[in-house]
Amino acid sequence: MNANFLSLAIWVPILGAIPVLLLGSERRFLVRWLALTVALAGFAVTLPLYIGFDTTQAGMQFVEQIPWVPRFNLQYLLGVDGISMPFVLLNSFITVIVVLAGWKVIEKKQAQYMAAFLIMSGLMNGIFSALDGILFYVFFEASLIPMYLIIGVWGGPKRVYAAIKFFLYTLLGSLLMLVALIWLFLASGGSANILDWHQLPLGMTPQILIFIAFLVSFAVKVPMWPVHTWLPDAHVEAPTGGSVVLAAIALKLGAYGFVRFSLPIAPDASHYLAPLMIALSLTAVIYIGFVALVQTDMKKLVAYSSISHMGFVTLGFFIFSPLGIEGSLVQMISHGFISAAMFLCIGIMYDRMHSRQIADYGGVVNTMPRFAAFFMLFSMANVGLPATSGFVGEFMVILGAVKFNFWVGMAAAVTLVLGAAYTLWMYKRVVFGPITNPHVADLSDIGFREFLILALLAVCVLAMGLYPYPFTEVMHASVDNLLKHVAASKL
Amino acid sequence: MLNNFVIPDFYPVAPEIFLLTMSFVILFADLIFSATQRWVASVLTILTLFGCAAITVVTADGQTSLTLSNLFVDDLLGDFLKLMTYLSVIMVLIYGRQYLVDRGLDKGEFYLLVLYATLGMMVMISAANLLTLYLGLELMSLALYALVAIDRDSARATEAAMKYFVLGALASGLLLYGMSMIYGATGNLDIAAISQVLYQGQADKTVLVFGLVFIVAGVAFKLGVVPFHMWVPDVYHGAPTVVTMLIGSAPKLAAFAMALRLLVYALFSLAVEWQQMLLIMAVLSIGLGNLAAIAQKNIKRMLAYSAISHMGFMLLGLTSGVIGKEIDPFTAINAYSSALYYTVAYVLMSLGSFGMILLLSRVGHEAEQLDDFKGLNQRSPWFAAMMLIFMLSMAGIPFFIGFFAKFAVLTAAIKAGYAAIAVVAVMFSLIGAFYYLRVIKLMYFDDAVDSAPLRATPVFRLLLSLNGMAVAAFGLFPDTVIAVCTAVLLHSL
Repeated sequence: MNANFLSLAIWVPILGAIPVLLLGSERRFLVRWLALTVALAGFAVTLPLYIGFDTTQAGMQFVEQIPWVPRFNLQYLLGVDGISMPFVLLNSFITVIVVLAGWKVIEKKQAQYMAAFLIMSGLMNGIFSALDGILFYVFFEASLIPMYLIIGVWGGPKRVYAAIKFFLYTLLGSLLMLVALIWLFLASGGSANILDWHQLPLGMTPQILIFIAFLVSFAVKVPMWPVHTWLPDAHVEAPTGGSVVLAAIALKLGAYGFVRFSLPIAPDASHYLAPLMIALSLTAVIYIGFVALVQTDMKKLVAYSSISHMGFVTLGFFIFSPLGIEGSLVQMISHGFISAAMFLCIGIMYDRMHSRQIADYGGVVNTMPRFAAFFMLFSMANVGLPATSGFVGEFMVILGAVKFNFWVGMAAAVTLVLGAAYTLWMYKRVVFGPITNPHVADLSDIGFREFLILALLAVCVLAMGLYPYPFTEVMHASVDNLLKHVAASKL
Repeated sequence: MLNNFVIPDFYPVAPEIFLLTMSFVILFADLIFSATQRWVASVLTILTLFGCAAITVVTADGQTSLTLSNLFVDDLLGDFLKLMTYLSVIMVLIYGRQYLVDRGLDKGEFYLLVLYATLGMMVMISAANLLTLYLGLELMSLALYALVAIDRDSARATEAAMKYFVLGALASGLLLYGMSMIYGATGNLDIAAISQVLYQGQADKTVLVFGLVFIVAGVAFKLGVVPFHMWVPDVYHGAPTVVTMLIGSAPKLAAFAMALRLLVYALFSLAVEWQQMLLIMAVLSIGLGNLAAIAQKNIKRMLAYSAISHMGFMLLGLTSGVIGKEIDPFTAINAYSSALYYTVAYVLMSLGSFGMILLLSRVGHEAEQLDDFKGLNQRSPWFAAMMLIFMLSMAGIPFFIGFFAKFAVLTAAIKAGYAAIAVVAVMFSLIGAFYYLRVIKLMYFDDAVDSAPLRATPVFRLLLSLNGMAVAAFGLFPDTVIAVCTAVLLHSL
């Protein structure tokens, strides 16, 4: 591999954002098309990562290594394995969707809006591909800045509160992680290479402390119950594009952190604390599922549904079986598509009605039949209907959980009922029934651009549901390797 | 007696002599040129500082040379700190030019006082003897007191100057008392000789530690750390913004040099004792600075409390040099270079932030309320982005220089076994992040109340942009500055 595809995946969107910014918000036509070009280019450079990926190899591929801060022995060290590679693609794909979604509806400072998303896309790719702990942290925290601005500038009425809450919550976790990272950096004799940290022998006490420091950081990001409260606020106030990126990518960063840091660096602590993690995950799955049921705001409902689904992901990690971890990874990707689609659907309705209250809708199918069909598909996928991507991951995790402990599996399976209840009930109230609100009668169906966005996501959801092999194939080797590593005690 | 007189080597003192000579030239030039030609004094001052920089660079030979009967030392550390001092003073003069003209403060005295303050800092930086150090400190301080009061019609400035003067005099007294104790215990005023005596363990430790307390108090006052921080908010707030900018930048470098010369060079054998004191002050400063800054509506006061917390962070680096009783040169250099790096990074960010306040100020309007930053993104997206960089950098968010400064200090602190303190420090910087985020919120999320176009000279705009980009660039590629900080300490300790 001569071409530095990972560097391209990071820097093409970030550097591409500069001309977008320079165009200024007056030249809307140019701004949009340039942003779309950059986003497409950013996606195009990630394709070779999948095509050229060696599925038999468990280690890091496409590795790039340049000294970055020799004084501290920090490296600009990038690489992906089967766990992280799919997320780089997902992220770059979602960026294209987000640029398209902001095409018309963003009227204020469109250039800055597009640039913020492009920069964030690059930073997130950096998070997924960084193999130097400090480089990871730098990307991890820098990605807060564009999201803070996106929520705060283009958000709803309570955007300031939501933006600051989002930033401080995440910063709380990441600062503790910084201390843990520096501790590891010193403990390993001045190496910031994450793979070196994986091999670092650690006693039980340091392992538990490190696990907790990482847990605070990643639990906020996932988000896990009880540090999830920033997410509904952030989702409700963020513009559609912001919600899409938050749900589809940002939440995955926390879950990814568990697999990249917590499990391999502190395997004994992970086993020791697994009951706690499983309990927190099940709480998220069940309790948050009930919370979602009573929401009157559609975006809030989907936000809580995201937390519930992410509970599934963390559950899958801590039952330590190939089914569990692969199921979680599949669930993460699938949730990336589905939650993006759900937020886009709500965004499409919000653009027309300027309301997210379920009570304001009813009978949308009469005026927007094509939209209703798409919305149906994504709602079903959110429920986890077989043949959609939502089914694959949940099924694998439940299977793994039943093997691990019948009652854990049983509790996890409750989500299928709850998920069906809150999603379909919302769908029924919004789409079916008589038209009660005169504004609904004036709705126009989706145009070509909206159709294109939803169709792209629908294809992904169905493809992944019908034939998940291309997604799981790349993960096998890395997941097996991870499990082997986690099974071996460091004590 | 005369037979013993040797002409001292003036080579290492050349920048100071040049500056002093030029100050007389400017004094007379100010008399010759009329009021409309005031810019001459400004330009001459800036040229003088460039001249000093040139001389410092030319005379820098990497050797540590003592001169003037061992009163004065010229080493790499001194050269580096002096260069940074010239740079910050030059930036203050360029940033402040329009502000001074607008308010009728563009007088010859201003430039002279700035030059003398700079000279004081240079002497402090190069002091090899407690008396030289005190001399430089007083020269700097007296010039700064006068500068705070330069706008004599402003009651607030006069009040600030009085406070600064009274408290500063008290601190000088404490410092001098501490020095006398050290002299009493060691029989020496020479920094190297004191270190030697202490190393041999011949001095009375009770007297030494007693004196040390006063020395630490004096240093803490100049750095502006809790509990000697009371003057900082009032002086920052009361002084004309240009003077605040000056006080908030270069003197921090000189105070760092003072701390290093006194505590590390002279009293290194007492490191275990002073580290305890510095540690307490560091934690208190980080805590109080960040908490109090939240309550501020005036951005100058906010930056004052932020300065207190930043100096606390710097002390955290300074206090991590000696682990237990073990002295490992590598650890020590790491810790002190992290503190030096933090100071340099802070000066860069501080200059930029005050530059932004000056950018928004105009005749009859001091842009010192936080609300003056409202909607800046609508008025000027570019400078809003610059302020964004300064604020995030101060909050320690990557990719900016402030992050690596924090990283270096935290690494040193955790290595010294202060992991719990590091956690406390980062928790307080989380609180601190709130008020930096609030400035960003005002600029980006709110609508502008003041829609006057930004009036600033192209030079000003260029310098501010360069300042912002330096903060970002040194954050992306931090190695050069960190390596330089380490190298100068390695050659000078």
